[in-house]
Amino acid sequence: MNSVVTVVGKDSVGIISTISGVMADNSINILDISQTIMDGYFTMIMLVDISIATKEIKEIRAILDEAGVKLGVSVTIQHEQVFQAMHRI
Amino acid sequence: MIFTPFEVAETVNMFTNQHLDIRTITMGISLLDCISHDSKIARDRIYDKIMLKAGNLVATAEKIEAEYGVPIINKRISVTPISLVGGATDDKDYVNFARTLDRAAKETGVDFLGGFSALVDKGITKGERILMDSIPEALSVTDRVCSSINLGSTKYGINMDAVRDMGHIIKKTAELTKHADGIGCAKLVVFCNAPGDNPFMAGAFHGVNEGDSVISVGVSGPGVVKCALEGSKGEPFDVIADKIKKTSFKITRLGHMVATVASERLGVPFGILDLSLAPTPAVGDSIARIFQEMGLEYAGAHGTTAALCMLNDAVKKGGIMASTHVGGLSGAFIPLTEDEGMVEALNVGSLTIEKLEAMTSVCSVGLDMIPVPGDTPAETLSAMIADEAAIGMANNKTTAVRVIPVPGKTVGEWAEFGGLLGGSPIIGVNKFSSADFINRGGRIPAPVHSFKN
Repeated sequence: MNSVVTVVGKDSVGIISTISGVMADNSINILDISQTIMDGYFTMIMLVDISIATKEIKEIRAILDEAGVKLGVSVTIQHEQVFQAMHRI
Repeated sequence: MIFTPFEVAETVNMFTNQHLDIRTITMGISLLDCISHDSKIARDRIYDKIMLKAGNLVATAEKIEAEYGVPIINKRISVTPISLVGGATDDKDYVNFARTLDRAAKETGVDFLGGFSALVDKGITKGERILMDSIPEALSVTDRVCSSINLGSTKYGINMDAVRDMGHIIKKTAELTKHADGIGCAKLVVFCNAPGDNPFMAGAFHGVNEGDSVISVGVSGPGVVKCALEGSKGEPFDVIADKIKKTSFKITRLGHMVATVASERLGVPFGILDLSLAPTPAVGDSIARIFQEMGLEYAGAHGTTAALCMLNDAVKKGGIMASTHVGGLSGAFIPLTEDEGMVEALNVGSLTIEKLEAMTSVCSVGLDMIPVPGDTPAETLSAMIADEAAIGMANNKTTAVRVIPVPGKTVGEWAEFGGLLGGSPIIGVNKFSSADFINRGGRIPAPVHSFKN
């Protein structure tokens, strides 16, 4: 099962490293990653495979939220199908 | 990356900043196989069937919510109108049926259970009469049961006996729940052309033409529509109609996806997707603010009816293309107490009950969550219902009335219902009498355009 992780906020050192660390710690494989500046904000998008993740998605979300607070950015994780439904016919 | 940064940001923003959510997953359950001449047996069967069908509803919805990262605000149940089940028994009132439903609602963990209902648009059977008379007590001794009465339709006209009686029933319901500003009336809605597949409360019931059980999903998102229109000042209506359509298409696709998943996991067929812009008291989740974005100073200003007409139509058009089965109400709701922008419009003197009535001729419901003075005569409430039913009947659309005559309070005083129901100042109603008109009773004949056979 694939999920889309987004990170939005002020750019700083260590964002990708921290978020990737969370993924590695929980057996989540990163399939694709891109980053850009949108409306003045650092925006990172990561496509991840959580099918063999060692934790429930609820816990992963809580860990990402916590990491986001420390980095001063907002982190979300949603199922890929949410984006498929909205943007692909 | 399979999605562009813009696409991803657009979707994420809808959830994080614009209050997009799945407003409800509602399981419709038929109780026709629970009917018995023995009331106790019928009630036991009802409880068991609800537990069997909906025992996993809340847990499943919560799992979907976590897995997909999509907020699912309410989990609800709708059942066959209880008048049809109660009618077979010798019970003199159906309050015990309401208690059973309340117990099942609490045990399953759902927020509300709708279906303490009767369909009386042409006539009233024994069971329907008993049910209507049971409403005040039923709503005062239960917490999660919702009641609805359909008393008019384009096909059969308006049952003015029921209209007359419902004014008194609403008054009595308010009186029995006067400790909480008459909150019983917030769980009671009177319809013309009620749909049997509406997942929204208080008007949800499981229509008699439905299957044994069904999953219907209501998706909302007034904040998303408002944000889509931001920055479009001065642009012609063609452009904003298109923007609304595209936005509602996207959010309906999301709803359809969630509905499909819920239906599969619960092993219950998918019924309909209801795309209704349903406001909440939260800032940024308001229909009134969409009107302001369109260029009206406040909701209620001249032009509001046209704005709502276009909004409702564009929402339906976008939604229809996005799901295999669109149903229920699907449009824009205009409740007063649940919409902070509407409350502000009332406070600044822009919104009146007459303008609200005009707006209901083009919205998807009717006079919704309107607190009126506690001393409003029952006949005046009935006359408000008659006006709304006439609008629905003549225009072949659903209309509804959910008014709360707040006991002991009058115009301008605040009425509070809490949570998603919100609160607002009490709105004034016309003070001249409709009593002789309402007390005629009988039926208003169906309009000429009902003869389509």
